[in-house]
Parts: sequence; structure tokens; C-alpha cells
Amino acid sequence: MTVYLLCFTLFLIGLYGIITKRDLVRIIISSGIMGYAVNLMIVLFGYKNGSIYPIFVKNMPISPQAMVDPLPQALVLTSIVIELGTTAMLVALAVRLFEKYQTFDITKIRRLSG
Amino acid sequence: MILPFFIIIPLLTAFIITLIAGERDNWAAILSILAVISLVALSIFCFATLNGRTIVYEMSHWKAPIGIILAVDALSAFMLIIVAVIALTSLMFSVHYIRHLSPSWKYYALFMLLVTGMNGVIATGDLFNMFVFVEITLFAAYSLVAYGSKAEEFEASFKYAIMGSISSTLVLVGIGITYAATSTLTLAKIAEVLQQKDPMVTLWIGGIFLAGFGLKAAIMPFHAWLPDAHSSAPAPISAMLSGVLIKALGVYVLIRLFFNVFGGITIFNEVFIILGTISIMVGGFLAMGQWDFKRLLAYSSISQIGYIILGLGLGTWLGIVGAVFHLLNHAIFKSLLFYNAGSLETAFGTRDLRKMGNVAKTLPITSFTSMIASLSISGVPPFNGFFSKLIIIIAAIQAGRPVYAILAAVGSLITLAYYMKVQRFGFHSQNVVPVEKDVISFGMNSAMIILAILCLATSILIIPGIREVTLDPIVAVIMNKTGYISQIFGR
Amino acid sequence: MKQQAGMTLIVKTVTRISVWLIMLYGIYIILHGHLSPGGGFAGGVIIALAFLNVMLAFGRDFIKNWLNIEMLHDIDSSSAMMFLAVGILGMAFGGSFLANFISHGTLFNLVSSGTIQVLNIVIGLKVGMGLFIVVWALALFHLDRKEMK
Repeated sequence: MTVYLLCFTLFLIGLYGIITKRDLVRIIISSGIMGYAVNLMIVLFGYKNGSIYPIFVKNMPISPQAMVDPLPQALVLTSIVIELGTTAMLVALAVRLFEKYQTFDITKIRRLSG
Repeated sequence: MILPFFIIIPLLTAFIITLIAGERDNWAAILSILAVISLVALSIFCFATLNGRTIVYEMSHWKAPIGIILAVDALSAFMLIIVAVIALTSLMFSVHYIRHLSPSWKYYALFMLLVTGMNGVIATGDLFNMFVFVEITLFAAYSLVAYGSKAEEFEASFKYAIMGSISSTLVLVGIGITYAATSTLTLAKIAEVLQQKDPMVTLWIGGIFLAGFGLKAAIMPFHAWLPDAHSSAPAPISAMLSGVLIKALGVYVLIRLFFNVFGGITIFNEVFIILGTISIMVGGFLAMGQWDFKRLLAYSSISQIGYIILGLGLGTWLGIVGAVFHLLNHAIFKSLLFYNAGSLETAFGTRDLRKMGNVAKTLPITSFTSMIASLSISGVPPFNGFFSKLIIIIAAIQAGRPVYAILAAVGSLITLAYYMKVQRFGFHSQNVVPVEKDVISFGMNSAMIILAILCLATSILIIPGIREVTLDPIVAVIMNKTGYISQIFGR
Repeated sequence: MKQQAGMTLIVKTVTRISVWLIMLYGIYIILHGHLSPGGGFAGGVIIALAFLNVMLAFGRDFIKNWLNIEMLHDIDSSSAMMFLAVGILGMAFGGSFLANFISHGTLFNLVSSGTIQVLNIVIGLKVGMGLFIVVWALALFHLDRKEMK
């Protein structure tokens, strides 16, 4: 149970970063931290007490009952790819925003309002 | 048989466009229009031959609870038709509109990726597959909002991207908790297992999914990205975003999860009614004070989505008929209004309503179709908007909630007020502003005329004989709630 | 003061030897994707990092002469079309989209498990080229605060 509470704390740290930070790059890093917290939680959901990694090795007996659940690991692999794409797009947007507004400060990038 | 082609055709077109791209965009435009015409034909064929059953297609030859399935029933086929038709008119509009922006083959490739993602969300029967297609659609949407490379567009796209990524992370948390509780990812199997579990689990999961997908549907507390993103995007992309994306990604997923998987729990219906009514009122009031035409249309979108969510929350048969019909109508007339805004912007170079004038003489088709669209969205009799709003208001009275019916009617009056403001200042004002001849091309005009004809034609869907063929199967699928399980596993 | 392209002499000398080992390691992870952890995406990222290593050590202009970016674009798009082609062949021979229609072979061999290995190779190529093109496009911007006025 404490493991899940620590994951939730990491999620809250990421959320705090997105809401309060003023620099564009720090917002992007905080959204990455939130993604890491969720991925960690999903992998931990698949754990069984006293099991080994879910890989069939050549000369060892094959016993699927003693293995950790591999489906959350596949979900996390896809999720990491998606977050990589999102981070790449956010960084490209931040670079173009710097070209137009000459600053990374989000309180000064405010031409749209109302 | 034909289900994977809804995903293969646009994806293959997107990659072929990036491979054969050159300096001119002719091949890219022709290929995309051909692909979307084939999608229109395929989806109408699918809807016509459905006859009330659910088509299930197993990917990679693995059976249902273990593998990923594609499941199309009447609701999915209906949404596929809407996506394909609005995409076709958007492509016809954008051939001339984006000539002055950066190399156009990138636009067509991203547009095809957008259509792929939306088709994937609508056709799939697996929870994580739905999440992956939502992310594909959102990537294309973030890039297309920033396509014009102006300063405001980047700011709007960054805001949209950060809010979208927070909500996607929330959805991933929801998927993780669902997997921990039910140890399966197929929607039908989740519905089956959740019926035997503690109801508190369903409430937790439902709350997280409401926050995550509610942001994509722009329901009231989560609407803050929509005015910036939809007003800064190029006009055909605003039409796609406001017309189909918030419905395919937001409202459709909410219907699938809250009616077919969770079984229509009363507390979520109450939340939908309250959030829907707040959206109607606040969206309407905020739209009244706008002088920027596209920003006014974006706030009006929030208001109309509120009607759909109100109709869904009522939960009765009449309410859901109104909601589904209003979903179709809003896609048609909101896209038409965004095309009008786009042609006004091409002709005058500005979106400010106070600077336009004399449109009835110089742009006759634009002003005529905008009058039709404004009358439709305000709910004036022979057009389709009147019927759908009337059905939602009558459903609210019949369900025993007269307060919400009065608020919905007041919202309709406010809608009439600000669209009359648009007509008075934008189209019939007394300034004489010079416009060059033939600035609106044939493609743009024909896209607007097609949608104006559809505005009038879809009001025949309410006549009882035709309604049984078109709207009733869709409502039956939604009201069938967890009977969805036997539709998928009964084969 | 004119900046020298790339990094110091020690980094350049070590990179000349080590970048090929990194690329070999990436190809190993792609090819053994069905037997050990890794697979297409992880191996593709390592190949992209090998190119990125060369770009960091030697500078942008060296990459313009050494690699043909248009060819990387073409490999990217054609790998994606090969993925769809494998899927459609699965529909023709195996009965469903992306069905496993190549013979599965014997367990624990290098060439086994049918289309899984083919798809790993395709994804590895696409991710490798795609990720490097993304970093290359970001590196084309000259962000210098003192020069912008």
C-alpha cells in the first residue's frame, strides 16, 4: 500500500509543477514526471509476491503461474512511446514560441484572452 | 471483413503522401479526396446493411476477451458517417484556403492522420486501443492548430497540448485502476465483471474517466482550452475540431463508457444534467460579449455540447433521441458557420465583426448560407436545429425536471440573440468595404452549399417512418445499456 | 568568438570507435526482440541515439555531409507502409488483419515466431529514423539570446 501512496505523491509533485511553475521548460519536465508516476503505478499493479520475470529462458522449466503479469508491462511500453511523442511536440512548440515572443516566461505569453 | 479498412485507408494515404511529396500539392490533395470519398461510401454501406446487429472483427485472429476486437454497432456506424462527410467538405474547403501557408503535403498527411484516429476511436471495442487512437488524433490536432505559424496559434496549441496531456494522464490512471479491478481490457468483459464488483469501484473509475474525457469534450469546468484553440486554427481545421473531434473523442467515449460499460448509474446521470445545463448557460453568456467571430463560434460550441450532455443525462428514450439528433445537427451547422468565418477572413483579412460590411452583395453564397446556419442553430422551425432542441426540452419536462427545461429554452433564446448580432454586424451592416472579385474559390463555395442543403435535408430524419430506420437503432443501442455484452459475446 | 564545431579531440576519437558498437547493440536488441526484453522500439531508440552521438561530437554540418536526410525520410515512410503491407498480407493469408501467417519455427531459435520479428525490424527502422529526424529538426533552430534583439 505504501508503494501506491508514493506513486501518488510523485503524481502530485508533477501536477504541482505544471500548475505553479512559470518557465515553459519546467512545465514540460513536470508533465514528464506525471507520466513517470502513472507508468510506475501501472507496472506495480502486475506484481505478485514471490514471482520471477515473465521470460521463457532456454534450459529452465516453463511455469507461467510463477511469473509476474506481463500485460501491464506492454501497456507501459506503449504509454512511454506516446509520452515521448507528446514531449517532442511540446518542446518543438516551446522552441517556436521563443522565436515569436522572445521569452520562455508563461506570464508574458498572453496575447489571447477574453 | 470491411472494418479494418476504416483504419487502413486513411493511414495508408497519409504515408503515401509523405513518400511521394514534392513541391506542389496536387497529388496529395487528389489522393486525400479520393480516400475520404471511399470512406463516405464504405460507412454508408456499413450503416445501411447493419440491421440491428453488432459486427465484431477480431484482430490477429485472437478471440474476444484475450485479443483486441473492433466492434461496430448502429451508434458507431452513425458516427463514422458524420466523420467522413464533414472530412470531405473540410478537404474541399481547404484546397484553396491553405495555398498561402507552408508546404501543403504536410497538411494533408496530418489531416489523414486525424481521420485515422477518429475512425479508430469509434470502431474499436478495447479500452487501451481507444486510448492509443485518442492520442494519435490529439497529436494531429495539436499540430494542425499551430499550422499557420502565427504567434497566437502557437500559444493556443501549447495551452491545448498541456491540458490534453494532463487529461490523458488521468485517463491512463483510470485504465490502470480498471485493469487492477477487472484484469481485462475488452469493454464488454469489463462491463460483465464490474456488475459483480463493489459499486464504489465503478464510482471511482467513472469519476476519473469523467474528468479525463470531459476535458476532451469541453464540458464546463474543463472548457478553458477550447476558445483559444478553435479560434486560432485555420478555418477548415476549426470545423473539423468543433464539428467532429469533440464529439468523437469526448461525447462518443462518454456514451460508450457510461451507458454500455457502467450501466447508466443514476448519480452520473445527475452529474451530466447539471454540467450540461451549466455549459449551456455559461457558454451562451460568454458568447454574447465577443466581437471576434471565431471566438464567438467556439463559445457557442461549448453551449451546444451542453445540450447534448443534458439530453444524455436525462436518460429517457426521448432525451437520447434528442441528444443523438442534436449531435448530427451541430456537426453540420457548426462546420458551415466555421466555413463562413473562413471565407470572410479570406475576403476581408480580419475576424473582427465591427470591421466587416456589405457582404450580401460581394459574397452572396456566404451570406445566404450563413443565414441558413444561424436560423438552424437558433432553433427556427423548418430547419433541423428546431426539432432537436424541442425534443430535448420536451424530454426534460417529461422526466419531471421543468427547471432544466426552462433553462434550456432560455439558452436557446440567448443563442438566437448572439447569432442575430452576427448577422446584423457581420453581414448586413452599412459600411462599404471593398473586396476583390473571385476571392472565394469554387471548392469553398460548393462545400458551403452542400452543408446548407444538408441543414434542411436532415430535418426529415424526424418523420416517424424514416426515424425508425435511422435514429431508432442508435437509441436502442444506447438504451440497451449492458445488453452490449451479449451483442459482442453472443456470436 | 567563433565556436568550434562539435566537441574536443578526445570525444571525437572515442566516438569514431564507439558509435559503431552502439549501433551494433541496437541491431542486436531489435533482432532478439522475441526472445529477450527490448524489441522494436527500444532498439530503434538506441540507433537514433547513435546518430545523435555523432551529431553532438562532430557538429551539425558534418551530419549534413555524412547523412542524406531525404533518404531517412523515405526509409521512415516506407517502413510504415511495410507495416501496413504485413497487416494486409495477414488479412489475405491468415484470416484477420495482422494475423501471424509465417510459420512459427522452433522455440528459442533466432528466426522464429513469424511476423513478430518482421514487425520488430520494421518498427526499429521507423523509430530510429523518425526520432533522429525530430532531433535534427529541433537542432536546426539557432536559439541565441544575446544575438536576438
